[in-house]
Amino acid sequence: MAKPKLNPRTAKRKPHRRSGPRLLDMPGLWANRHLQSAVATLGRLMRTPLPTGMTVAVIGISLALPAALFVVTENLRTMAGGWDQAAAISLFLKQDVDDAGAARLAEQLRARPELAQVHLISREQALNEFRALGGFEDALSQLKSNPLPAVLALYPQAASSAPERLQALHDELMTLPEADFARMDTLWLQRFQAILDLAQRAVLLLGGLLGVGVLLIVGNTIRLEILNRRIEIEIMELVGATGAFIRRPFLYAGAWYGLLGGLTAWFLVTIAVILLQQPVSRLATLYRSEFPLTGLGPLAMLVIFSGSVLFSLIGSWIAVNRHLRGAEPG
Amino acid sequence: MISFEHVFKRYPERGEALSDLSFEMQAGEMAFLTGHSGAGKSTLLRLIGLLERPSRGQVIVNGRNLAALPRRKIPYHRREVGMIFQDHRLLPDRSVFDNVALPLVVAGLGHKEIGRRVRAALDQVGLLARERATPVALSGGEQQRVGIARAVVGRPPLVLADEPTGNLDPDLSREIFGLFERFHQVGVTLLIATHDLGLVMSMPYRTITLADGRLANDSGTW
Repeated sequence: MAKPKLNPRTAKRKPHRRSGPRLLDMPGLWANRHLQSAVATLGRLMRTPLPTGMTVAVIGISLALPAALFVVTENLRTMAGGWDQAAAISLFLKQDVDDAGAARLAEQLRARPELAQVHLISREQALNEFRALGGFEDALSQLKSNPLPAVLALYPQAASSAPERLQALHDELMTLPEADFARMDTLWLQRFQAILDLAQRAVLLLGGLLGVGVLLIVGNTIRLEILNRRIEIEIMELVGATGAFIRRPFLYAGAWYGLLGGLTAWFLVTIAVILLQQPVSRLATLYRSEFPLTGLGPLAMLVIFSGSVLFSLIGSWIAVNRHLRGAEPG
Repeated sequence: MISFEHVFKRYPERGEALSDLSFEMQAGEMAFLTGHSGAGKSTLLRLIGLLERPSRGQVIVNGRNLAALPRRKIPYHRREVGMIFQDHRLLPDRSVFDNVALPLVVAGLGHKEIGRRVRAALDQVGLLARERATPVALSGGEQQRVGIARAVVGRPPLVLADEPTGNLDPDLSREIFGLFERFHQVGVTLLIATHDLGLVMSMPYRTITLADGRLANDSGTW
């Protein structure tokens, strides 16, 4: 009887056949079991879309709030960054000071140690600049003389830009005979920056607070799930399930809630940014500038996702440790 | 296989359930555990399955002193003890197949191996055709057979049954006991707590009788 030729593929596989897992296979087996548990848990969550969706939505909205405020403050900061180039003090000179006089005064001020830079805008330059803005062409051509004064834009040293130092400098400049009036340009900007810092701190605080909220939401959801599945858990313990085996799906449920909640938060913020893009750019056009609204950057997204998963995982971990004590004989 | 040495079990609310109980069972033995309600039958079985720990005395199962067994090793002990209950303890929302597969899933067996063993166990109890049904769609006798399949699917050396025929009519009871005899023939150690004295008398096996938590009568090893 002719022996049938062995298929090389089956022949190759044959030595792998064995009855039980070998030690070398253990890490793979362990990872496989986790993967199985993670996928099975996701499947279980998907089978009850309404309660799962509600929990995920609560997490998403909770996290979208600080994330949205973060986007707002970041955009304001970008906007304010564009104004950093502005002079700290604009010194408007009297009409009768001619360009030569203005240049002399600029030279004097440049010698002062507290000033980093003094920029002279002559009457001629001011007029040209004004013309360039458009719309005033006709009106200006009607005028016989240049109505604009010369202006000195003063940029102080970093050390001298504190509000009270600027105020002192401002008051002193006002006493100069050439000075018509001096305007502090950056003081409000500094105040604005301080408000932004405050807002960003508030975002952090709010984020932390709502993170704890997420922890409690997930913890409570997992607690209810454990109570609902009491009988199943008891039976699993009866047939020899280890504590880890029973805890695992609940911890994965927590992680999934966090991940889906983070995704929802990102989605909500992105939608809001897209919806606001057009009105913001129209507003910017009215101010003769361009301002592209930026959404959540990759770093912020990473923070939201990892924060959401972390808080959810801690919440489910607490619930699991409080309510699943493992097989305990009486 | 099983050894009780001066075992006491006291519950704070209802007093002594077992007092000074000593007996032994050899591997491969099949025995009935009888006695009136509250005589301590269930408690005895629960001590073997390590659902509870004795107040005093030693319980040794399969060469393992249960008192010295740390908590994290309890699951592995339970995998070697198949347990059958009067109320079946099945998961109502899972199929017959999933219910029987539970001990194997919990032990981390592979997909194919689980399928093979679950079908073998269902075949033994005559329910191979009902693997997709849910327990609620089954009769009481069928549900108990699912419970039995679950208890033996992991091929434990020891099987405990607590009033397995308590809710069944005599014909079904005889069928269930026939199943137990078949397991006995392949070398499984069985301890079956039952009220069904008629059936017990009709079968040639050791009978251990409890009364008020004490050993009242032991027919001895057959």
